[in-house]
Amino acid sequence: MSAITRDEVAHLARLSRLALTDAELGHYAAQLDVIIGAVARVAEVATDDIPPSSHALPLTNVYRPDEARMSLTPEQALAAAPAVENDRFRVPRILGEEA
Amino acid sequence: MTTTNTVMPYDEALERFEPVIGLETHVELGTTSKMFCGCPTTFGAPPNTHVCPVCLALPGALPVANDKAIESTIRIGLALNCTIAEWCRFARKNYFYPDMPKNYQISQYDEPLCTNGYLDVEVDGRTVRVEIERVHLEEDTGKSTHVGGATGRIQGADYSIVDYNRAGIPLVEIVTKPVEGTDRLAPEVAKAYVTELREVMRTLGVSDVRMEEGSLRCDVNVSLMPRGSTVWGTRTETKNVNSLRSVERAVHGEIERQAAILADGGRIVQETRHFHEDTGATTPGRSKEEAQDYRYFPEPDLLPIAPTPEWVEELRSELPELPTVRRRRLQAEWGVSDLDMTAMHNADAVALVEATVLAGVPAADARKWWMGELARRANESGTSLAVLPITPEQIARVVQLVASGALNDKLARQVLEGVLAGEGSPDEVVEARGLRIVSDEGELSSIIDKVLSANADAADKVRSGKIAAVGALVGGVMKASRGKADAGRARELILEKLGVSE
Repeated sequence: MSAITRDEVAHLARLSRLALTDAELGHYAAQLDVIIGAVARVAEVATDDIPPSSHALPLTNVYRPDEARMSLTPEQALAAAPAVENDRFRVPRILGEEA
Repeated sequence: MTTTNTVMPYDEALERFEPVIGLETHVELGTTSKMFCGCPTTFGAPPNTHVCPVCLALPGALPVANDKAIESTIRIGLALNCTIAEWCRFARKNYFYPDMPKNYQISQYDEPLCTNGYLDVEVDGRTVRVEIERVHLEEDTGKSTHVGGATGRIQGADYSIVDYNRAGIPLVEIVTKPVEGTDRLAPEVAKAYVTELREVMRTLGVSDVRMEEGSLRCDVNVSLMPRGSTVWGTRTETKNVNSLRSVERAVHGEIERQAAILADGGRIVQETRHFHEDTGATTPGRSKEEAQDYRYFPEPDLLPIAPTPEWVEELRSELPELPTVRRRRLQAEWGVSDLDMTAMHNADAVALVEATVLAGVPAADARKWWMGELARRANESGTSLAVLPITPEQIARVVQLVASGALNDKLARQVLEGVLAGEGSPDEVVEARGLRIVSDEGELSSIIDKVLSANADAADKVRSGKIAAVGALVGGVMKASRGKADAGRARELILEKLGVSE
């Protein structure tokens, strides 16, 4: 079982736009390693006759009919938004330094 | 950031390099509700009025797939000659961007619903087969507006505001395989492909495919390789190409831009470029050299899609007549040449001519008016035939009026002008403008008498046997009647009055 490296944690943090300190990188690398290790134990019990699966239940084709129903009002939708402008969610600058 | 590019003239670029193109097209399905929730999909609603816990990604909300969207995607796959997967899954495409509130987009990754198809397009009298790599189903993103900065662009903006009405609308992505061997026709092939694809979507009734409203969007991939080489060059992907003409321009422009760089010993950067509708130029967007890491994995909140072969066959048997088949049938019915058919197709006139024929007039007449007078007027006003304020039924009425002898072609053109100007139906315009051919013998006779007395010389010539001189007299009658006289009848009467027979 390969260990999770600090570089991998730094990469994930960047993809998630999380600013982690050096100390946190080491801290989470160790924690993630334990978590991955725990999940990996599944592979130990899965023998060759058990195919990999993504879903626990043997169900397929669960759909809803194409019917519209009431949405939230803009007030409800925006109620918990940290910032609002013109009935839209206001978010911080997306591309800054790359301009 | 550079906005001007050195370019190599197209002909020179094509002498030295061969283009390889690829197209990725996104089509918003015209379902009533969104892909994974029941929010409506109507275009142009006030911001954030078509949103709910699912499409806003509120904690605990769970998606359920829209059956109509699955069905539409399978129908698209079948129309594009694809194989339909017997079992496939949705996948999460993880990325951090505010247009997707979940921080992932539900898409399909290594198990698309439809694979390995093709679409034949006609360019310059030859058929080019564009192979389809895959057709998959995903959800559209929200719409961001960038505030601050000079141009409303994302670069230099102070912040952005997001409307999630569009987030979660079912979106079908259609990806071609790289198209080789199109040579200098590459821009036309790209345009013809998107045009044909749009027509297929319309025929299937799965989308309104309005490029200007973004329900059909196109990304254009272009790479160049030196003539004789078999190794493809580095490609760029041009986004934001929002009209059929722009698809053509984007390929054309990118060939010229890349050729200049390569000829100068430079290398092409694999990147996303943005097309500017106003100038036809492209500018660089985010570089793809820093490989995107989407960490795809099967979507745990949605169950696998497993269309039964029976259902797929049922959908296949119910497919409508597809555009190429229909055009071939109409061409045979109308008895027109390949060239005329292509001209009608390129002018978007096929459906209009068909409707006019269905309104009860011969195909030749229907085609004559749409491809002649009306095409000229559409051209003059910089619009397309379909948006001219005149219907196929009205054209058919004008054709009938000409056939019955009530109008000649010249008067018919004035009638069309009146209809286009909003003066009413053809009959109303004829009435209001007084455009009926003068067939009243008494009125015609008195006009002829005036013309003969005013042109005594010409009349004498005709009397003395120079029948050719009658032309000037007929012209005089037409002028005096402001085009409303029946020229043939006028000629007969003039000769009769002058005592000459042919």
